[in-house]
Parts: sequence; structure tokens; C-alpha cells
Amino acid sequence: MAADGIIERVNGILMDGFEIEPSLLKDDAKLGEDLGLDSLDAVDLIVAIEKGFGCRINETEARAMRTLHDIYTGVRKCIDANAGSPS
Amino acid sequence: MTETKAGCGVLSARTSPRLAAITGLGIISSIGCTLDAVSAALRDGRSGIIYDAERASVGFRSALTGRVSTFVPSRHGISRRMLRTMCEPAQYAYAAATDALADAGLRPADIATQRCGVIFGNDSCIKPAVESIDILRAHKETHFIGSGHIFRAMNSTITMNLAALLGTRGANWTLSAACASGAHAIGQAMMLIRAGLQDVLLVGGAQETNWQAMASFDALGVFSLRQSEPELACRPFDAGRDGLVPSGGGAALVLEELSRAQARGVRIYGIVRGYGFSSDGSGHLFNPEAVGAVAAMQAALADAGMQPDEVDYVNAHATSTPAGDFSEARAISQVLGAAVPVSSTKSMTGHECWMAGASEAVYTSLMARDGFIAPNVNFVRLDDGCPPINVVNKPIPSRIRVALSNSFGFGGTNACLALDFSAIAS
Repeated sequence: MAADGIIERVNGILMDGFEIEPSLLKDDAKLGEDLGLDSLDAVDLIVAIEKGFGCRINETEARAMRTLHDIYTGVRKCIDANAGSPS
Repeated sequence: MTETKAGCGVLSARTSPRLAAITGLGIISSIGCTLDAVSAALRDGRSGIIYDAERASVGFRSALTGRVSTFVPSRHGISRRMLRTMCEPAQYAYAAATDALADAGLRPADIATQRCGVIFGNDSCIKPAVESIDILRAHKETHFIGSGHIFRAMNSTITMNLAALLGTRGANWTLSAACASGAHAIGQAMMLIRAGLQDVLLVGGAQETNWQAMASFDALGVFSLRQSEPELACRPFDAGRDGLVPSGGGAALVLEELSRAQARGVRIYGIVRGYGFSSDGSGHLFNPEAVGAVAAMQAALADAGMQPDEVDYVNAHATSTPAGDFSEARAISQVLGAAVPVSSTKSMTGHECWMAGASEAVYTSLMARDGFIAPNVNFVRLDDGCPPINVVNKPIPSRIRVALSNSFGFGGTNACLALDFSAIAS
């Protein structure tokens, strides 16, 4: 999962754009309860990740994301899907 | 000015058993971001107008503007999360509003009731609207606009943010009436307090200063071209005036039912004693008519139960445009005569547009608090043919008891506030 620096880059977005303390960025951290992100933050986080990684996360899957692990997994899936797309 | 005038000098009801006292002030402007700094600038005749090279580079006819140069949102308790939903005028308004609440000695718990609310004047939030459309054009999907633009782009961004953050449960709306927005907001708030519908209202106005907001206004060709001398550019009533200078910021007043304020033992700056409003109804949008201004001023005096000779000072709307200033001079002359001291603080601040009526109520309250009339800087000579009025171009020590504050806007919307400072002047 750590391949391609996905975790570092996602965490960087959370620290820089959402002022999340690095110590809170644990794999099982809940986006709302642990990181304090609200529904508006969730919208902006997905947009920031998509712009950062150049991919598009499925809206239904994005709504189901609850933890940082879900984010990392979603980004991985998104990148793989992009890589498999015909150019 | 006489020491005692009929009907003044006591904080008692003249036209209503409930009166709207001013118990707190807050101001973020091109001439300062604290009450004392702004008062000193007004007394000293200091200008907040600059030449903005960016405006010249993007194609403005006039690059002059007022600039709120010392404003840092985080210093006013505005966090990243708050900035998501606050565009520039909402930030200014929040800073001014929290300053005004502190000045009034009110804590959040004191105003978290249905008897307390927020009413502000504002008439645009251009920049976030422009930005969101730029994003859409670049990415071809609204999804990429993100969450905050809708809240930043609405005129009501100010009051939606303030009410949510401050926890007020009463009035919660933004009033749009062009350059009279702030004055109408104060007038409407006064009426709600007098009618017994609200006890405490945080009122004011705010105005964005970004160039995006002023591009279409610049296109009208009404901004001053005296660009080599920014501090001399805005010269209301002067025969040499050549246009207005846009500006902005945020202004807030705490209006509080008088007996409640007296029971708290808080400082009372004055009373919003009268409010007059009118519409020119003249068939055009931007050629002011003296008849509308006269009607608003007379209505304010009547509402306050005051006579013209009780007025010690007029804070004029005068923006430094040839037609507007001429029209207002006629109105002042007709309603009050030639002797009453008149100044337009826009000569220093520039035209604070949607917030002007509120900021000028703050400026006038500071003059009353500190015992002076601010100068109409850059005024040298009145137009030939203009009815005589007493434009003061130097600061005058004065105990203002009663002041009128005029505000007029596109579409012929007119507002006049009658402010009674007799309790602190006596």
C-alpha cells in the first residue's frame, strides 16, 4: 500500500490543505471522529486528491470512505484504473 | 452649535418607548482596523487610497482603490475552516462584528437567543463566483468547484456565517440596496428593536476590495483618473473632482434596546433616533435626483422627531462624482440650509460602497465620542452654481449632538440615519 508514495502524498494533502496534525494520520483514523473532517471537508478532500493524483474517484465509493485506509485504498484503485485505461 | 437644543440631552423616548442604542463598534477599513486608529486617521485627514498596479495590468481604466492593508484574518480568530465559507466581505464583517461585540461587553452566551440577530448590508461577492466558473471551464465538471464556493459567492455570506458562528437565533439576513445597503440595514434593525421584535442586533455592512469586484464598475468610467496623486484623487464637493475611488472593508455596530443597555451599565455611544428612506423613482438607474435625497433626509428628521436646526453635522454620501455631489449639495441646502458642517469621509476612505452607510455611521459615532468633525480633505472650492453648503476641509473640535448620515445608491435608493449623541455630548 505504501508503494508510489500514496500514503505520504495523501497525508501531505491532509496536513497542508486541512491542517491535520501529523500524529493523527494513522491508517485506521476515522475521517470525522479522529481527524475532525466534516462533510464539506470530505468534498474538498476528494477534489484535492483527484487533482493531486490526476485521477477520478467514483462518487459512490467516495461517499463510503470512513477511514484513512479507505482513502489510501481508493487512491490506489483509482490510479490502477487510470493505468489500465486505453490511452 | 448651542449647548442645549429642544428635545435633546436626555436618553428618553421621544417617538417610541423603545430606542435603539449603539453600544458597540467595530471597523476594518482602508484607514485602520481599530477604533482608535480609525478615529486618529479621521482627525488627521489621512487617506487610505493607493495606486494598485495589478488593476492597471489587467486593464482597468483607473487603478486607484482603497486598500485594507493591515488585515490578517487569523489575527481576528478566522480559521482555515471558517475561510472555506467566508469570502472577503464576510471576513471583514466577522472581524468588525466580533470587535463590536467585545466593545459592547457581550459574550456569545448573551446573544444566543431569538431576541438577538444579525442584519448586514452587502451587494456582491464577485471573486468566488468568478473563481468557480474558472474552475468549471478548466475541468468541465462542477464537482471540481468543491464545497465552499456556494457559501462564499452568495450576498448573504456575511449573515449566514455570522449567525452560525456567533449563535444568534433571531434575525438573520443580508440586505442589498447598492451603496445604501449598510444604512438600510441599520435603519431596518432600528425599526425591529423599536417594534419590540428584537433586543440586540449586530448590524453593519461589508464591501470586497478585490479587482474582480470592481471591473464592471470601472467600465462605467466614473472612477477618478488622478492616478499620480492617489491621496488627492477623492475630493467630494470640490469643483475639481473627477470621479470616485472604490474601497471597502467591514463595519459593525451593536444596536441594543436602550433600557437593556442601561441595565447592563454599558457605554452608550448614541441612539439611532431616526431612519428615512425613499426611492427617486426617476426612470433611470444612475442619475441621482435631489428630490429623493430630500425625501429621505426629511423622513429621517420626522422619524426622529427633530427639527433641521438641531442637526450639528452631516456625514454626506458624496462620492466625488460631479452629478452625485451636486445633487446632494442641493438636497442638504434645501433641508438644512447653508450653515451646518458637512463632510464626506469618502475623501479619505474612498467609496466603501455596500458598507458605506454602516462605516460612516461608525465614523460619525467615533467623531462624537472623540469630539471632532472629520475633514472633507481635498475640498478647495464648491462648484459654480452649486447651492452653498458648509463643507469643512479641516478637522473641527466639536461636540456633535445630532448628526445625519446620508447614503444613496444605484436605482435611486436613498437612506438617511438620524444619530443622536446628545447624551454623551452634554
